[in-house]
Amino acid sequence: MSSLTTTVSDALSLLATFDHAVAEIVALSLQVSGGAVALGTLIGLPLGACIAVGRFPGKNVLSVLINGMMGLPSVVVGVVVYLLLSRSGPFGGFGLLYTPLAMIVAQTLLVVPLMAAITRQVVEDVWQRYAEELQLMRFSWWDSVTTLLYDCRHSLLVAVLAGLGRAMSEVGAVMIVGGNIDRATRVMTTAIALETSKGDLALAIALGMVLIVIILALNALAFALRHWAMRRYG
Amino acid sequence: MAIFPLRIRDLRYQPNGREVLAGIDLELGDEGITLVLGPNGAGKSVLLRTICGLVQPSSGSIVWGEEQGACPAQGVMMVFQRPMMLRASVLHNVALGLKPLALSRREREARAMAMLERIGLADRAADSARQLSGGEQQRLALARAWLTKPRLLLLDEPTASLDPSATAAVELIIREIRTDGTRILMVTHNLGQATRLGDDIVFMSAGRVCEHTAVRAFFARPHSEEARLFIQGELPWRMRFPGA
Ligand SMILES: Nc1ncnc2c1ncn2[C@@H]1O[C@H](COP(=O)(O)OP(=O)(O)OP(=O)(O)O)[C@@H](O)[C@H]1O
Ligand SMILES: [Mg+2]
Repeated sequence: MSSLTTTVSDALSLLATFDHAVAEIVALSLQVSGGAVALGTLIGLPLGACIAVGRFPGKNVLSVLINGMMGLPSVVVGVVVYLLLSRSGPFGGFGLLYTPLAMIVAQTLLVVPLMAAITRQVVEDVWQRYAEELQLMRFSWWDSVTTLLYDCRHSLLVAVLAGLGRAMSEVGAVMIVGGNIDRATRVMTTAIALETSKGDLALAIALGMVLIVIILALNALAFALRHWAMRRYG
Repeated sequence: MAIFPLRIRDLRYQPNGREVLAGIDLELGDEGITLVLGPNGAGKSVLLRTICGLVQPSSGSIVWGEEQGACPAQGVMMVFQRPMMLRASVLHNVALGLKPLALSRREREARAMAMLERIGLADRAADSARQLSGGEQQRLALARAWLTKPRLLLLDEPTASLDPSATAAVELIIREIRTDGTRILMVTHNLGQATRLGDDIVFMSAGRVCEHTAVRAFFARPHSEEARLFIQGELPWRMRFPGA
């Protein structure tokens, strides 16, 4: 019991003194996951909307595939990206393995299916209501996609947040392609795993607290934004 | 491309063997407001949706001008009873109609704003479209359709559930659209509206056109028994649903 309280108070003092090592790890986490979610938004949202609006053979197969990939274990994605980026792999020449860029690539692959699946669901419901009128106005397929994404922009925050949550909390992919190198590719989750195994629970708990606070703050922000949007636009 | 006269011949729509449209014959010249009357379930909405190409008929023909074929690529627009309202401003919703055209955003919004002036919603341009009243939303939808300069405008009960003054505002806009050179085909259940707005009446029952005459003649001397009973508000259930 007393060891738990000392650990927690050590963790709090690490946070209170704004420990440099902690700050560096948190910053890199935000950069990597933020970058992955930004890319994921650019790819996943239009992809989901295209699947919702498009009429093409294999549409249902694609939907099932993307839904299935939502739950893809992050270590599997890590291994795949590792194989692609390793020296003998097809993209080995770029020398990206064990860099933050490789971590962004891996997390992007992880969040795109999740964000696309949520977007498809949200956009499909609205598309059902709007399809005929947009068709009558001679909207091209792409005009429909952009119009629907714009119309759903507040609901799609959920997709972005879900992506961010998944990216920030995963360990497997960044561990494999980043290598958890101190001051280079160490992020919150890999640091927590490492420090716990080393027995430095104070640092692990401090990082865990930061992770939770960040995720809660983002959700609160999104909630407030959606609440405002509902009142503003109905 | 000339789209009038519009000739509809023996148009049928039979989903799963149900006779929703049971051989419609109708001819529309290039001017005026034609009102479609008829009991619930007569097939009025389905007829409008078939004309604008949202429903594929089972058989029959629709001839636009001299050319037979599908709905012409431009020039036919339809406004529904509960029109789509994007979660955006009134101005954005009106300008939406111009999106497929190769215009700058500034140009689209300028035209939309001019249209809002015309229909008396200019002071609401920045408000959220979903917060408009039903009557205002209907006016917005009419403006959106009008902006595309359709040759034929199909209206499905545009004033259902509107109060008398909102109805009058919508009727005023419909008249202006007509004066602007747009042919109008409009479904209504409001007999007073039919006499106020209509040039001629199409009376439908059980998937057929029973009568197509001038407004005065329709109310003074309806030919069919259905129309006579409908005007008196006494059309019995048995005649609405011949299968029943
Ligand atoms: N795809 C379909 N499959 C089966 N029945 C249909 C289909 N579409 C329409 N109907 C039926 O056709 C009939 C006519 O429908 P429609 O909406 O045209 O009636 P309406 O004359 O517009 O009536 P109201 O005055 O109530 O609007 C209805 O009984 C409807 O259920
Ligand atoms: Mg109807």
